[in-house]
Amino acid sequence: MKLKRGPQHSIYGLMAEFDNPSALVAAARKAREAGYKKMDAYSPYPIEELVEALGQHHDRLSLLVLMGGLLGLGAGLTLEYWAAVIAYPMNVGGRPLASWPAFIPPAFETTILFAALAAVLGMLGLNGLPMPYHPVFNVERFALASRNRFFLCIESRDPLFDREKTVTFLETLEPREVAEVAY
Amino acid sequence: MLARIDGLRQRALIAGAGALVLCGLGAFVNPDQFFRSYLIAFVLWNGVALGSLAIKMLHQMTGGAWGLVIGRLLEAASRTFPYTLLLFLPLVFGTKSLYIWSHPEVVGADQALRDKAPYLNTTFFLARAAFYFAVWNGLAYFLSKWSREQDEGGAEPYHTRLQVLSGPGLLLYGFTVTFSSIDWVMSLDPHYSSTIYGILFMGGQGVSALALVITIVVVLGDHEPLKSAITSRHLHDLGKLLFAFIMLWAYFSFSQYLITWSANLPEEIPFYLKRTQGGWQFIAVALLVGHFVLPFALLLSRGTKQNRRLVLGVALFLLFMRLVDIYFLAGPSGHGEGPAALHLHWMDLAAPVAVGGLWLAAFFWQLKQRPLLPAHDPMLEEALEHGR
Repeated sequence: MKLKRGPQHSIYGLMAEFDNPSALVAAARKAREAGYKKMDAYSPYPIEELVEALGQHHDRLSLLVLMGGLLGLGAGLTLEYWAAVIAYPMNVGGRPLASWPAFIPPAFETTILFAALAAVLGMLGLNGLPMPYHPVFNVERFALASRNRFFLCIESRDPLFDREKTVTFLETLEPREVAEVAY
Repeated sequence: MLARIDGLRQRALIAGAGALVLCGLGAFVNPDQFFRSYLIAFVLWNGVALGSLAIKMLHQMTGGAWGLVIGRLLEAASRTFPYTLLLFLPLVFGTKSLYIWSHPEVVGADQALRDKAPYLNTTFFLARAAFYFAVWNGLAYFLSKWSREQDEGGAEPYHTRLQVLSGPGLLLYGFTVTFSSIDWVMSLDPHYSSTIYGILFMGGQGVSALALVITIVVVLGDHEPLKSAITSRHLHDLGKLLFAFIMLWAYFSFSQYLITWSANLPEEIPFYLKRTQGGWQFIAVALLVGHFVLPFALLLSRGTKQNRRLVLGVALFLLFMRLVDIYFLAGPSGHGEGPAALHLHWMDLAAPVAVGGLWLAAFFWQLKQRPLLPAHDPMLEEALEHGR
C-alpha cells in the first residue's frame, strides 16, 4: 500500500478509496467506532446505510420541512380566509363565506409547496451549496467518485486526526489506496 | 412458533364462539339489530381478507423486501375466503330485514326503486355475491398454490405465472370490491349513490390488512423464523405503507365529502345530513381524528414506525377505527326514511368479536399450514439482507 504524499503544509484530510459500496459502509462504520466524527463519504449513487454508518442525523432537515409545511398550511388558510371573507365576500349558493371544505384543497397545495421549498432550500443551505471550491477535488482519482469508486475522507479538523496514525488506521480498512487531500 | 399460533387460534376460536352464542341469542330478541350488526362485522373482516389478497397481488407486480417477508401472512389471510363465504350465509336470510329494496310493496310505490329493480333484487343480489366469492376464492387458490409449488420446485415458471395472474387479478379485485360494497353497504340506502364508494372500501381494506399484518408480525415477532427475518427496517417499511394507506383513505373520504358538499344535490346530500346530527356527528369527528389525524401524527416519525409496541398499538387502534368507519358508512340509513339518532347496541360490538374471532381462528389455522418464509423465492436473500 503506497501513500501519495502532497506538499508538506497542512492538509484537508485523508481519503481512502474503495471498490464497492459495502466496503465503504463497513469502513465508515469502523471509522465511527474508532471515534472519528468529522468525516464524509462519496459515492456515485445514494447508499441508504451510509447515513447511519457515518452517524449523521437528518433531523434538522425533517424539522425544516415540517415547519415549512405548517407555515404553508397557515399561509394558505389565511389567504383564503382573507380573499373569501374580508376582501371579496361573495354569496356562493348560500354557503357561509368561510366554508372550510372548499378551503382544504388549496391549503393542502400550499402546504406541499412550502414543505417542498423548505426541503430544497434547506438541503442546499445545510449542505453549504452552492460551493464553487472543495478540497476533495484536489485528489486526482476523486473524479472516479462519479463513476465506480467509493471514497471515505477523514477530515483534519477531527480531534482524533493525526497524519500518521490516521493513515495507519485507514490502511487497516483495506482500501485500494489512501491519499492526502490538500487544501 | 407452531404452539404459539395454536394457542392464538384457540383463544380466537373461544372468543369468537362465545360472542357468536351471545349474538345468536340477540338474534332471537332483535333480529333486525342482529343482521345490521352482523353485516358491519362481516364487511369489516371480509375486508381484512380482501386487503391481504390485494396487497399480495400488488407485491407480485411491484416486488420489494417488505412484501416478501409478510407474503405468507397475506396468503394465509387470503385463503380464508371459504370461511368468509360460510360467515356470509346468515346474511342470505337477512336481506328482507336489511334492505328496503327487497320489499316489493316499497319498490312498487317508488319510481327510483322501480328503475333500480333490475339490479337491486334478491335473486341477482345473491348471484352477484356468489360470483364475488368465486373470484376471490379462485385468485387466492392459485396465488397460494403456485407459491407453494415454488417452495417445492424452484422459482420458474411460478414467479412469472404469479405475475400474469396478479395483473388481471387486481383488475378483478377492483370490480368485485366496487360492486360488493355497493351491494352490501351502499344499497342499505338505495336512493344514495357515490362513484367513489368502492375505492373508499379499497383504501380502507389496505389499512385493515396492513394493520393485521403489523399486529401479527409484532405478536409472533419474538419467535423464529420471523424473529431473525423481520427486523425493525422491515417494520419501518410496513409502517410507511400503513401511513400511505391512511392518507389514501383520508383523501378518498374527503373527496367524496367535498364533491357532495359542493354539488349539494337532493339525491346525495342527505347522506351527510343524516350523519351530522343525532349523535352521528361525534362518530364523524371520531373518524377524522382517530382514522386520520392521530395515526398520521404518530406514524409521521421514524421512531414510532420502528418501535414494536407503539406501532402495534397504532395498528390495533386502526383495526377498531375500521369498524367505526364501516359503522359510519352503513349509517342510520337502515332505519327507514329521514334522519335517525345514533343508537349503539351491544351487538354492534359483540358481532365484530364473533366474526373476528372465527375469522382469526381460520386465519391462524391457514397460517400454520405453510412455512412462514418462502423457500425458493429468487428475491428472498435480498429481502432478508435489506433488514440487516
